[in-house]
Amino acid sequence: MTGLSWNRIPQVQPQHRKWLSSQAELPDVLGSVSDNVLAYGNGRSYGDVCLTAGTQLMCRGLDRFIAFDKHNGILRCESGVTLAEVLALTAPQGWFLPCTPGTRYATVGGALANDVHGKNHHVAGSFGHHVRAFELLRSDGSRLECRPDFNTPFFAATVGGLGLTGLISWVELQLMPVSNEWMWAESVRFRNLEEFWALNVAAEAVSPYAVAWIDCLSEGKNQGRGILLTARHAGIQAELPVFREKPKQVPFDPPFSLVNRLSLTSFNALYYRQPTRPQGGLMHYVPYFYPLDAISDWNRIYGRRGFYQYQCVIPPEASAAAVAELLNAIARSGQGSFLAVLKTFGDRPAAGMLSFPRPGATLALDFPDKGEQTLRLFTELDAIVATAGGALYPAKDARMPASLFRSGFPHWERFSDFIDPAFSSHFRQRVML
Amino acid sequence: MNRLKRVLIIGATSAIAEQTARQLCAQGASLYCIGRNEQKLQAVLADLQIRSGTDQNISGISADLTDMSCHEELIAEAERALGGLDGVLIAHGSLPDQAACEQSVLLTMKEIELNALSVISLLTILANRFGQQQQGVLAVISSVAGDRGRQSNYVYGAAKGMVTLFMQGLRNRLAGRGVSVVTIKPGFVDTPMTAAFDKGGLLWAKPETIARGIIKSMRHGRDEVYLPWFWAGIMLIIRSIPERIFKRLSL
Repeated sequence: MTGLSWNRIPQVQPQHRKWLSSQAELPDVLGSVSDNVLAYGNGRSYGDVCLTAGTQLMCRGLDRFIAFDKHNGILRCESGVTLAEVLALTAPQGWFLPCTPGTRYATVGGALANDVHGKNHHVAGSFGHHVRAFELLRSDGSRLECRPDFNTPFFAATVGGLGLTGLISWVELQLMPVSNEWMWAESVRFRNLEEFWALNVAAEAVSPYAVAWIDCLSEGKNQGRGILLTARHAGIQAELPVFREKPKQVPFDPPFSLVNRLSLTSFNALYYRQPTRPQGGLMHYVPYFYPLDAISDWNRIYGRRGFYQYQCVIPPEASAAAVAELLNAIARSGQGSFLAVLKTFGDRPAAGMLSFPRPGATLALDFPDKGEQTLRLFTELDAIVATAGGALYPAKDARMPASLFRSGFPHWERFSDFIDPAFSSHFRQRVML
Repeated sequence: MNRLKRVLIIGATSAIAEQTARQLCAQGASLYCIGRNEQKLQAVLADLQIRSGTDQNISGISADLTDMSCHEELIAEAERALGGLDGVLIAHGSLPDQAACEQSVLLTMKEIELNALSVISLLTILANRFGQQQQGVLAVISSVAGDRGRQSNYVYGAAKGMVTLFMQGLRNRLAGRGVSVVTIKPGFVDTPMTAAFDKGGLLWAKPETIARGIIKSMRHGRDEVYLPWFWAGIMLIIRSIPERIFKRLSL
């Protein structure tokens, strides 16, 4: 359905939608809207950071490249260009996104507004760290070009600013050089959380990319068993394999979620036993970074009711204990997802006032919507996160209480000074007002 | 099979034309783009230049196409820039406000001028040049609206119908000279031109899908093409309803 977020919860529909299609018309559009305005990219965030009951500005039509400096890897493009479109242009020419989330169908503007992170946060920071400049259009008619060292407060407010500071019209990115489109990817199995922490420290010291898949239903001495996936961009190869995408589809909305205790337990047991590649092998960047993108509309497997994602970050000193507690609570509930992901963030200072990535461990899981039962579990998890001094990820949230947002994002009041008076979101109304 | 190495795109800032330009660019074509709005055109050209490979020529100029005195020169300039033309896609136009047209002769005439007369002027010049070179493909984006007059948009429909009929004659004239004359009739397309509509239904197509169909039709030298294909069936039904009944329908 048009204009919803990826998990289809909440189902907020705007009063108006405006399809933007060129930079030339943006001042007029901003001049004609009144309140509760919000930009919408490609609908890949979860929850309601991209939803408003007012006017939704549909930005996918702003999909032009503006300038590409092939020698220095500097790309300027309109904000509705997707990361897939960026990579299709730049990867074959030896330039790669220095930070990418788990889907390449997010837009550049959305990636900036949510200050997304990738599997290499421990070395590269978040998306905002690689933004050289962007233009912010405000409802008062002003156009602000923002750089880390120019209009700095607006830069810091807009990176991770959830689209509330105005409309991002274009973005300039610093890309990173790569030798080819391939990764050298390694995988190793771990039997429990304790093993994970030890392996992960060692892996992050040598691998720019590291992330773990966790069997969220395993308990006792197997708690937190999983597979650690590490990778680096491959060096020059005498011969490169051929990569062909084989897109698959979920053709319809099943009336109920296909993710249930039975399918989950068997999937996890099998997935855990997959052959690992401790010595590593070549893998194209598409299946490496975007395994779920191969199945378009995969969000449909959760059925018509949609699903929730729960992603938290826990400060380093509390990580081990809190992650164990979270997994205990989840396993007890029997709810959970095929893909539970655990990773540690590095200590690079955040690029934005409301940036989610911060030193510590981040755990992310999907949950089919089972109503009260699911929300009760979240309340239990919230308590663990709050006690540990952690935070939830706004880009993946549809239900966090205002108190948890405010404790997790202590700069939110200072941030509020930069919100464009005409802009708002369902998320903001939930947690900031 | 028509070659599409050097293509002139008129109305290049429209959503369908821009998608067609991108796909042609990816297929190695050199392009000359004409659009009304200078700022929009420059953005489209910059984007296409970044997408193009080495040795592909991407250029263009902004022009008001209702000023028909400049058509000869515009086409000559495109030929100079590309070193000849293999194909032309005429895609400019507007979707008139039917109710406003009913209240204004001036507005009605302006819409007819833009959607029909300017196209016919361009085609008249192009037909002679293509007839002479005895090859190439002339394609125009007409519309399913041109198949039958309906109260909700007959000004637009009449203009498109005129173009469709003109193209039929031209096709007949150039059939023996190796020139393809392709009339594209898109159904509902999700573009800024149709921003006022609710685009929920299955009938709405993406501009990139239409663009693929346009390029295929141009390469194969088709005559009249409904895009997507199922509109051929829908319009067959629409055309076959007796006028006696049709006039009472609220279409």
